[in-house]
Amino acid sequence: MTDAYIYDHVRTPRGRGKPSGSLHEVTPIELVSQVLEALRDRNELDTSRLDDVVMGCVSPVGEQGANVARVGALMAGYHQEVPGKQLNRFCASGLEAVNTAAAQVMSGQADLAIGGGVESMSRVPMGSDGGAMASDPQVAYNTYFAPQGIGADLIASKYGFSREDVDAYAVESQSRAAHAWENGYFGNSVIPIKDQLGMVLLDRDEHLRPGTTLEDLASLKAAFVIPGEQFGFDSVALQRYPEVERINHVHTGGNSSGIVDGAAGVLVGSKAIGEELGLKPRARIRGFASIGSEPTIMLTGPGPSARKVLKRTGMTKDDIDLFELNEAFASVVLRFMQEMEIDHDQINVNGGAIAMGHPLGATGAMVLGTVLDELERRDLNTALCNLCIGAGMGTATIIERV
Amino acid sequence: MADNFNLTTDGGIATLTIDVPGRSMNVVTSQFLDELTQLIDQVVADDAVTGVIVTSAKDAFVAGADLMWLVNIYDMKLPPAELLKENQKFTQALRKLETCGKPVVAALNGTALGGGLEIALACHHRIATDKPRAVFGLPEVQVGLLPGAGGTQRLPRLIGIQPALELITQGRHVSAEKARDLGFIDQVVPAEHLLTAAKEWLESNPSAEQPWDKKGFRVPGGSGAFHPKTVQTFMGGSALIARETQHNYPAPIAILSCVYEGTIVPIDTGLKIEARYFTSLFQNPVYRNMVRTLFINKGAAEKGARRPKGIEPAPAKKIGMLGAGMMGAGIAFVSARAGIDVVLLDTAQEAAEKGKDYSRMLMTKRLEKGRTTQAKMDQLLARIHPTTDYADLDGCDLIIEAVFEDRGIKADVTAKAEAVLAEDKVFASNTSTLPISGLAEASKRPDKFIGLHFFSPVDKMPLVEIIMGEKTSDQALAHAMDYVQQIRKTPIVVNDSRGFYTSRVFGTYCNEGMALLQDGVGAPLIENAAKMAGMPVGPLAVHDEVTLDLSLKVHKQTQADLGDDYKPLSALPVALKMVEELGRSGKRFGKGFYDYPEGGKKHLWPGLSEHFPVAATQPELQDVIDRLLYMQAIETVRCVDEGVVTEAADADLGSILGWGFPPWTGGTLSYIDTVGVAEFVARADELAAAHGDRFKVPDMLRQMADKGEQFYESTAERSQRSAA
Repeated sequence: MTDAYIYDHVRTPRGRGKPSGSLHEVTPIELVSQVLEALRDRNELDTSRLDDVVMGCVSPVGEQGANVARVGALMAGYHQEVPGKQLNRFCASGLEAVNTAAAQVMSGQADLAIGGGVESMSRVPMGSDGGAMASDPQVAYNTYFAPQGIGADLIASKYGFSREDVDAYAVESQSRAAHAWENGYFGNSVIPIKDQLGMVLLDRDEHLRPGTTLEDLASLKAAFVIPGEQFGFDSVALQRYPEVERINHVHTGGNSSGIVDGAAGVLVGSKAIGEELGLKPRARIRGFASIGSEPTIMLTGPGPSARKVLKRTGMTKDDIDLFELNEAFASVVLRFMQEMEIDHDQINVNGGAIAMGHPLGATGAMVLGTVLDELERRDLNTALCNLCIGAGMGTATIIERV
Repeated sequence: MADNFNLTTDGGIATLTIDVPGRSMNVVTSQFLDELTQLIDQVVADDAVTGVIVTSAKDAFVAGADLMWLVNIYDMKLPPAELLKENQKFTQALRKLETCGKPVVAALNGTALGGGLEIALACHHRIATDKPRAVFGLPEVQVGLLPGAGGTQRLPRLIGIQPALELITQGRHVSAEKARDLGFIDQVVPAEHLLTAAKEWLESNPSAEQPWDKKGFRVPGGSGAFHPKTVQTFMGGSALIARETQHNYPAPIAILSCVYEGTIVPIDTGLKIEARYFTSLFQNPVYRNMVRTLFINKGAAEKGARRPKGIEPAPAKKIGMLGAGMMGAGIAFVSARAGIDVVLLDTAQEAAEKGKDYSRMLMTKRLEKGRTTQAKMDQLLARIHPTTDYADLDGCDLIIEAVFEDRGIKADVTAKAEAVLAEDKVFASNTSTLPISGLAEASKRPDKFIGLHFFSPVDKMPLVEIIMGEKTSDQALAHAMDYVQQIRKTPIVVNDSRGFYTSRVFGTYCNEGMALLQDGVGAPLIENAAKMAGMPVGPLAVHDEVTLDLSLKVHKQTQADLGDDYKPLSALPVALKMVEELGRSGKRFGKGFYDYPEGGKKHLWPGLSEHFPVAATQPELQDVIDRLLYMQAIETVRCVDEGVVTEAADADLGSILGWGFPPWTGGTLSYIDTVGVAEFVARADELAAAHGDRFKVPDMLRQMADKGEQFYESTAERSQRSAA
């Protein structure tokens, strides 16, 4: 098997996912193409050497529909011979895209490829693509569908995380993200997004709320009380988890991932093509794995996917220097830490989506890039990055510096 | 020649009049549908006919389907393909009618429900009369079915998905005016103008094309998986249905799916989808169970199925109510509401007045909600006479005692009341725990002594459990039943036993909740499993409601009465520990299995897991459900075996109406039939091996299993028997 190496990673800053957000005026295709342009320019790539561009996108409809990868590559001025494909593994799409690109390299069917993702949540709101999961009564009823937030609150209820626990986690995420930005930890990867005139629209994540305190968060109302209690979803959750007496609604806008716009890309290739093109490998992809888990609680996939990828790579938890798990909701990370016995010092060390936001299709590529930057900064070797996924799934990837 | 319809033609207008023979109401039967299908063919083919009026010769248009026919469809066990074909015939006939090119108007001379409204919806125009009591709706969900003749397709296409779902998933009906406002009735006219209005409409050169057959038709308010509003409706709708049904009732989600899937596609495809879901509901015993117990058997019980024959009806004009506490006050209210004078007697005038105040409080609430008038309230209150004087009981047709559950006190009031009560009148005890034959020993005329067990709160609970003492006469029973009918409650008749039928079986439910706790099952799992089984309240919560204190009192009384013969309930130690050691006697005492924080929601007492440690391995959900339901069903079989209960219908009605045994089962015995008697016995044996002898079924049930018998005979067996 050929090894797949990571040669580079870039991401856009994350704009607030509403009309007042700085990236709201930018089309999703433009976000993709600026990421692809940056990857090309930073690496002086002859794009005709690329075998594929794979882009994750969770609501692939409207202006974000019909294969953002191919259209984005064309708009970035990539060689017309480079194909593109869009994929959807919900919140792990960006990481799945990197894994797919890597898989082509590892299987010897490609030399060089890009994996990444995009989501312009301010322009194509979550759920715009419809889908049977929530709205088809047969599906919703028979799979005990409940929205993610109910799953997150169920995790807190079942595994004993209080409102104070999740808020404290969120405060720490904000503080770590602010510290990382202040000290330029993201500088190598974040590219400014520019308008048609070449003027910078945004060069820094704008969702952060540095200085957030426990008191600030305590004042926020739990977000999922109404769907839980009035629309019946608490009952649906308890039917799957009858050992839980009631759902403790602990998640708020303050301890859940932010809605933002953004895109990211990772350049992956074989050792040979790196040598040929004069690219310096930054890390090797040791392995990756996806799993399915119980769909009603939905967000408990990280543990099983981490165990699966560790097993496949013949590694143990102790072989991993840093963990990066998408902060979809605070309870997701708290449960992963509890179940895997991981100290908070070892995971999401520069904060995460609670502070910086979660542009659904792109986040997977962002967590990978973020933890790679941090491995380099700390001069550590191995990292496991991971996301929880809608409908009950998990995708995890282990990288190792070279 | 049609039996159920008259077809007349007059100057090109065909009038199809529904008139089901031998029935006060038009109801849909298999023959009805065959005839209608044939008549539609005839009218469509007749070139002389240019327009059609559909109306009825009765006071109502059509009241819905014949329930006995519906039950029989299940028992016939037709292959699905055949049943589907049968079901589609009516749909296709209506489709033919609405696409035949001739304008069709429904002249709704009264109530149109179910299949009746579906006929009307397939007409191009609907005119109703302003008859005040007439209602319109699709109530099929209440009998566990869905409107299978286009109702789930035409109503949303007429009035939009959200309003249609509200009517169909809840089975609600509305007045003609409301139906017109919602948009499924076009005109409301005075009754005498109905046919004129129908003719006028036909003569106005109307369109004979339904809106959904016009090009570019869209469902009002949107449809499909992309429309944000409808997505919300279906997403929330599925969860609400899951909450309400706990996955025990198949009809509501099938209705939601018919509307969701059917409105994405053209109506002809939608009708096919509806027919498949409709047919699938006939494969499931839930509808059969509900119709049989809650409609057929309940109706029969209320009409006096168990009333001894040949005894003149003796409705009560005046009753005496001894004891003006919670139960006495409630019985006084329902009696006065039925137009009966009530002498409400207690030991102190103040207490008797307080009992009357209860009626005042209930009526004031109703008055505030506009559900009664001041005059009616005054009349009702004037019928209740609070007193302390037994002489006031003179002239009573019936006396009911609801004094303390103490033999001495009961004997005393019995003697005092009988001194005044005419010799041929009935004396009833509302005891829920003391055997009637024992209490009757204090009576001078035990043949007139009977048990009338009401449930609390009396004004809301529909059941009265009538208990026959050893010496109670048929006449006493007949007269007691006349009274129960007057106050519009549903009677069941049982024989004497400790706890009779309902309290006895209900007690095993509470006990099994405690037994599960004793076995280390987590309290949330116990309570949630009960709700998922379909019980309205978990066994620990309901035990808190009736109080553990009461359970212990009953225990002590029984122990005193039976001495060495007494076998205490298996989980008694839990109740003893809760009450005597932990001081948690139930809700009324502020704490029990639950905490009752002031102003907050109750929640399970966190200390439970400390005193009843939760086992490391928890049972499967289904095991907990089985323990809770099987226990009640097995105790019911014991009641049958001991002759306490003699009719399956009594057992089933009593279980659903008395303590909330899940309606989807059709009742405790219907549940056994639904599981299958042999399967039930096998599972009960497993439970007995794992959890104790209380799950051991009586030999009677084992014999039934061996012989392939069940509690209710199927239609096939019935017809076999009548042929033989």
